[in-house]
Amino acid sequence: MTFFTDENLALAEEIIGRYPKPRSAMIPLLHLAQEQEGWVTDDAMTQIGELVGTTSAEVLGTCSFYEMFKRHPVGKYVINICTTMSCALMGAGDLMKHAESRLNVKSGSTTPDGLFTLEGAECQAACTEAPCLQVNYRHQYRVTTDQFDELIDELALSDHDVPDHGVLSQIRQHIPEDRSVGAVPPEDVKVAPVWFSEDGGS
Amino acid sequence: MNEMTGTPIAHAPGFIANETPRIVTARFDYEDSHTLERYEATDGYQALKKALKKTPEEVHDEVRDATLLGRGGAGFPAGVKWGFCPPGVWPRYLVVNGDESEPGTYKDRLLMELDPHQLIEGCLIACYAVGLSQCFLYIRGEMAVAQERVAQALNDAYGAGYVGKNILGSEFSVDIVLHWGAGAYVVGEETALIESLEGNRGMPRLKPPYFPASIGLYGQPTIVNNVETLANLPWIVQHGADAFTAIGTESSPGTRMVAVSGHVKRPGVYEIVNGTTTFRDLLYGNDMCGGIRDDNQLKAFVPGGGSAPWFTPDQLDLPFEASQVGPQGSMLGSGAIMVMDETTDIPAAALTLTKFYAHESCGKCVPCREGGTWLEQILRRVVTGRGTARDLELLIEVGETICPGEFPHAAVPDKGIEAVPFPYRMTTICFVGPSAFAPIHSALTLFREEFEAKVAGNETRTMIEVAVDV
Repeated sequence: MTFFTDENLALAEEIIGRYPKPRSAMIPLLHLAQEQEGWVTDDAMTQIGELVGTTSAEVLGTCSFYEMFKRHPVGKYVINICTTMSCALMGAGDLMKHAESRLNVKSGSTTPDGLFTLEGAECQAACTEAPCLQVNYRHQYRVTTDQFDELIDELALSDHDVPDHGVLSQIRQHIPEDRSVGAVPPEDVKVAPVWFSEDGGS
Repeated sequence: MNEMTGTPIAHAPGFIANETPRIVTARFDYEDSHTLERYEATDGYQALKKALKKTPEEVHDEVRDATLLGRGGAGFPAGVKWGFCPPGVWPRYLVVNGDESEPGTYKDRLLMELDPHQLIEGCLIACYAVGLSQCFLYIRGEMAVAQERVAQALNDAYGAGYVGKNILGSEFSVDIVLHWGAGAYVVGEETALIESLEGNRGMPRLKPPYFPASIGLYGQPTIVNNVETLANLPWIVQHGADAFTAIGTESSPGTRMVAVSGHVKRPGVYEIVNGTTTFRDLLYGNDMCGGIRDDNQLKAFVPGGGSAPWFTPDQLDLPFEASQVGPQGSMLGSGAIMVMDETTDIPAAALTLTKFYAHESCGKCVPCREGGTWLEQILRRVVTGRGTARDLELLIEVGETICPGEFPHAAVPDKGIEAVPFPYRMTTICFVGPSAFAPIHSALTLFREEFEAKVAGNETRTMIEVAVDV
């Protein structure tokens, strides 16, 4: 099964190589698939299964557990409005009502032009800056209804620096070959690391 | 430098400096606090150099002597936890818990975004001291900026020879692998974090036998430490355990980061002295939150993250000291305080938390999977004026299937209610299920009249618009 582009396939193999067991790369590869396509397709899950040595059903099992993985197309911008306590105390409910009316969709839906998916979300670790929201997992703080409208206008005109949905970290880790210790399957390690004396260990 | 004490800094929204000694937030004043250049110019990686001149055992002893309590929620001493790895079983791993998701909690994200090298140096010190041969730095999926800052910092640290093979020319070698999640609160629980890191659904494992220090990642001994815990290590190694224990109290030394949100004048993330700072200092102090918004009366506050039983003004003089907070019916947890003023609709406030835990149940334990949903649905009908008096009893009955027996709560002297000490008994593997019940139990115990007014139909206001299901 071919889903990943050549470039992303090379990246996927680099990521797998960092783990003592390939299956550990499952979530990072699902993110990579979502970055490529905007959502996680069946083809992507099949190829990820092949890459990490498991079935596509196992990949689906993991994929379906996690909120961020979308198994259907979503908007270019996924807007998550926090609805947990601190934000609720500071007006998140009103913000959500306003957002539904401004975008003319219910929470959980995508606008017909495919630009925006609106979702209620749980605590986003910005509780002092309530109410907060995230656009493609980038925070906006103390959002008023006017600011929400401005944000939507800017996003619609692409007048902002938020990457498309699926792109998470725009900086990737690269471990230089000459600096890498390398991942070893646990069953191949029998002794303490060289710097660590077993007698002096705890 | 930002010279204005107590003023949020533009590049660090949320953080507010005060007069407290600053151990983990010292660099937050610099706009380039996240760069290797700034880190090296401010004592960065000096603790690593110092540690490498000592034996691993000496470094471990220093951390044990510092009584560094874990900052993730359980508050277990890190140096003691490190000692639980069984001898002669190799390899051992380090898993960094950066999956900060407890409602109200907001500190690890700042530490990762604003001082990622401090965290990396802390990881290196832990690996050296305990003989951990690979480190996995698990960052919450929804924290794209933290992932970017840590990725850049790791790339720079590898390039400068601080991470990887033969660190600083020594025999010490360790890879730090950046890993990230995909949205699941329960993965903040250490055994669920390990399941997730193995590529599985993030469901907790039963302890015993699956204590990570003995049977963790790939079945190997694994240390799981919180971001803030690790961020303290460079300072402890650099200045010594004695300097650390000179701050705070003997049983709770050092500082800790707390996030205060809700109805205060200056919500923010503060670094405070552990053990001695009281909730009153924090909520009313002029260099901290400065009082309740609009000079309103304080009604209640959640002292330690959404899972914690609630306090009222009667508990304001308790310090950040677990041995004092526990007997009074709650916990310090993850250092998150959510404040409710006199205008707050208490049943609706409880619903905003119960719906969170019901939503985040992983489904492994039946009492949590079913009970959490029941609690949410019953409470929702009470809050929206469709409940009956019987529902108030039913809430407690369902809660008791998750937590049998007395549930901890604060004292209410005016009503002759005495405190029931923490902790509670539970029928579930992890704390998600009990946490769905905690806000309901507190709200019903401390403010029963508000629930009775709702079910009697006398109370129709909904001060908090509780948003749609997520």
